[in-house]
Amino acid sequence: MFNYILRRLLYAFPLLFGVNVLTFMLFFVVNSPNDMARMHLGQKHVTEQAVDNWKQQRGYDLPLLINSNAEGLNQIKKTIFYQKSLRLFAFDFGISDSGRNIGEDIQQRMWPSLAIALPSLILGLVLNITVALMMVLFRQSYLELSSILLCIVIMSISSLFYIIGGQFLVGKLLMLVPISGYDTGLNAIKFLILPVLISVVAGVGSGARWYRSLFLEEIEQDYVRTARAKGLTETQVLFKHVLKNAMIPILTGVVVILPLLFMGSLITESFFSIPGLGSYTIDAINSQDFAIVRAMVFLGSVLYIIGLILTDISYTLVDPRVRLS
Amino acid sequence: MTISFKLSSFFSCLFLFACSEQPLNNPYPQSANNEQAVLYSSFSERPRHLDPAKSYSSNEYAFIGQIYEPPFQYHFLKRPYQLEPLTAKKMPEIHYYDDKGQRLTNNAAAKDIAYSDYIIQIKSTIRFQPHPALAKNQQGDYCYHQLSKPELAKIKTLQSFKKTGTRELIAADYVHQIKRLVHPQISSPIAELMKQTIVGLAEYAEQIKGQPRSALTDSEISGVKVLDKYRYSIRIKGKYPQFIFWLAMPFFAPMPWEADVFYSQQGLIDKNITLDWQPLGTGGYMLEANNPNLRMVMLKNPNYHADFYPMEGEQGDKEKGLLKDAGKQLPFIDKAVYRLEKESIPYWTKFLQGYYDASGIASDSFDQAIQFTGDGELSLTDNMQQKGIQLQTAVMSSISYMGFNMLDSVVGGKTEQARKLRLAIALAIDYEEYIAIFMNGRGVAAQGVIPPGIFGYQTDEQGINPYLYHWQNGAAKRKPLAEAQQLMQAAGYANGIDQQTGKALILYLDTAASGPDDRARLNWYRKQFTKLGIQLVIRATDYNRFQQKMRKGNAQIFMWGWNADYPDPENFFFLLYGPNAKTLFGGENAGNYQNIEFDYLFKQMSNMENNQSRQKIIKKMQEIIRHDSPWIFGLHPKSFSLYHQWYQNLKPNLMANNKLKYLRINAVQREQARQQWNQAVWWPVVVCVVIIALMVFPAVRSFQHKVKKTIL
Repeated sequence: MFNYILRRLLYAFPLLFGVNVLTFMLFFVVNSPNDMARMHLGQKHVTEQAVDNWKQQRGYDLPLLINSNAEGLNQIKKTIFYQKSLRLFAFDFGISDSGRNIGEDIQQRMWPSLAIALPSLILGLVLNITVALMMVLFRQSYLELSSILLCIVIMSISSLFYIIGGQFLVGKLLMLVPISGYDTGLNAIKFLILPVLISVVAGVGSGARWYRSLFLEEIEQDYVRTARAKGLTETQVLFKHVLKNAMIPILTGVVVILPLLFMGSLITESFFSIPGLGSYTIDAINSQDFAIVRAMVFLGSVLYIIGLILTDISYTLVDPRVRLS
Repeated sequence: MTISFKLSSFFSCLFLFACSEQPLNNPYPQSANNEQAVLYSSFSERPRHLDPAKSYSSNEYAFIGQIYEPPFQYHFLKRPYQLEPLTAKKMPEIHYYDDKGQRLTNNAAAKDIAYSDYIIQIKSTIRFQPHPALAKNQQGDYCYHQLSKPELAKIKTLQSFKKTGTRELIAADYVHQIKRLVHPQISSPIAELMKQTIVGLAEYAEQIKGQPRSALTDSEISGVKVLDKYRYSIRIKGKYPQFIFWLAMPFFAPMPWEADVFYSQQGLIDKNITLDWQPLGTGGYMLEANNPNLRMVMLKNPNYHADFYPMEGEQGDKEKGLLKDAGKQLPFIDKAVYRLEKESIPYWTKFLQGYYDASGIASDSFDQAIQFTGDGELSLTDNMQQKGIQLQTAVMSSISYMGFNMLDSVVGGKTEQARKLRLAIALAIDYEEYIAIFMNGRGVAAQGVIPPGIFGYQTDEQGINPYLYHWQNGAAKRKPLAEAQQLMQAAGYANGIDQQTGKALILYLDTAASGPDDRARLNWYRKQFTKLGIQLVIRATDYNRFQQKMRKGNAQIFMWGWNADYPDPENFFFLLYGPNAKTLFGGENAGNYQNIEFDYLFKQMSNMENNQSRQKIIKKMQEIIRHDSPWIFGLHPKSFSLYHQWYQNLKPNLMANNKLKYLRINAVQREQARQQWNQAVWWPVVVCVVIIALMVFPAVRSFQHKVKKTIL
């Protein structure tokens, strides 16, 4: 397994390099260093000299990818790409174009993102599995039919509606929790109740239906029939046999998204004014802060690759037939 | 632990949460002292810079305006806007000199003046806020100017420093800040402008190129001198009366050299502890917590100098209760908490719940807040009035306009044909309708370049644009469309057909407004052009491309705006001054308008005091612009602010940046209102639980019945 993980990690390097080049090119197709300078210097009294000074101070006065005025290795080294993007491989995110340490900002902002994403994932998982098991347990009854109908209704509604509706109902009409905001420590709990609740409710439609289909697939298997023939009750069959066997796709589905929980959710964070990483990236794009954009894209790619490796490992843990080689 | 124990613990917690004295939806910590005079406000976008040499936007001035003190400030109550000393002892002495260095009289002609000296005397005994950069040990050395690695490791925020210090404000601190304006690492937005204005600043900038910030004190600017401990002088080129307004902006606030040395330490920069984020000033407030991703908190500066609420204002201020605090020591508010609030709906709801003290009105909530009375007047809705909410409106010192590129072969140039075409379009675009449809009436159709409140603006018949309006029943009324059609005919475009080619006239509007919300507005513009038979092609793009087009002169018609830097007509007319043409000289004259007479009058008007002669020249300049019509004047936006009854001493002041110190909060009244307005409603939750139980119970029963059922 060690060799497999090592190989996967080595594969990651060219992949991340490609992501880096692609981000760099896409960003600079849309924004030139001049645009960045003007955006940061404001709209009034900006002269060409001021733009040139800004670029020089931040190293954006160099050519993008190849410096034809330099010689030898300097043709590569004396470029914006080399100076700005390659040190990401050492997880040195550098200073943003507005002068803040990106690493510090990421460390500070990942916790609010995680504070929403983790409880939403766990509670959502528990609720989805519970509802799915209930639908399977009461299959072909009015409860299953009404649950499926409800799931479809929930799936059909935009997540934005849940957020605005939730804020209106719970925060404004019932006045049970603050409508938006965030705080540190235990004071954060009252701010997390509503976004977590909305996130869980908005996800129950698709989640419960997917898990239901997994459970129904299992319930038709021979081993289930054998278990019933053994005299086990329906609940014992479901919880001891069906649930255990259906856990493989559930677990792998969860593991792959675990690292990405750090990256946060843009809409939820924006509407609830939660200072997470989701809004960090969008704010950076809006303010044309290339340093933050490249750092966040790189981080997202790294976490995605880690997620895929963890998924492969989790296969071997839950299914003894799978071997990594 | 049994399930029943866990459940009872959970419900106990829930019960305690529900029984808390504070309303459940209170977004502030329980520990907050609700009777302290705290202002609660928000910011939607985190400030980019809090360094007074860099900041140049209103959301940044909301903070640094309270922390940094330039020598002069705008009077809080008097109108028209007036400057008065803040840290200065008196208004500056201004001496004029010719090119040989000979002193001239105060009424010397502007053309004879080669230099102007501004001599500023500051008050003594003003002290900086407590700050670690100024902390000294018993030997008199600075404690934190050379931090070692182990010391740096213990530092997480500025509050990690155990010691703070202060010292008296001296003239050298103002001179130091002027030097900072041109340091290349700081990138001040006004660096280039000031290099052209202040004598010796450009040369100084060359000297300090490549030097660290701590080297700013090593050399001097030839035109900026410390005369003694409390006096300094600034020499500027020629006569520039508007320079005094710059001296009321944070760019010219004092900065102790210690701040640059302290914040230059790499270990602090790595932790985002920089002067750009942690200000050091002498103002009424100091920044206690700066988490621009969450909240920013300002506390009353314990070292704040003697500063008093104005004794007089304009007519009517006394009746409005704005002079109740006359002569009292400032500031009144103990603490100001600004929270990140990105969306308008949650902000509005929190305002209605009493958790924010003031609010603007977004389009979504306009009908909830404002109603039109029978005679077309605006008033607050009953719901707002019941809550004691009050409305304040003010026409902004800004203009949104539609410009013509005067270099364009169709709409530009000095020909009579092009002028009539521009006037016809200006007449057809009904900005009164635009304001009613898209701005809920929150704007005033512009009659010229100058907005209300700025010297030169005229309200009566004299102030209307006679090419587009006539005076009827004591108000300006837009001329009928038929006149625009006549102008089109005279221009050779009858019914929108070019008489020379026989083809329909197609014009191009360049705009950076490309969002989904802008579609309706752009369609409206298209319809206005259609009234004249003109086909308008919208070229929407992002702001970068738009600016690029403007710089290169590739746009034909464009929309832009300007917000006043200072209350002087020069700050608006310079947008049409020939030598400022954007394409030709890289200035702010986006339409590249050139008129010799206008340029001559502009130079004359710029150097004058506000008097009748200046008014006459302004009138002539307005006439030239209205006649040539390089702009369709558009509108002056009107701000609508709502505030709760416990928020006092509010008066719109569009120029002052340091208004916080004048404001007052009645915290007891606010607390009572919050308790009254925020009683949690539990019954719908109970009903939901009961419904779910009623749905599940029969199914469970039937399942149990099914399980227990035997074959026989």
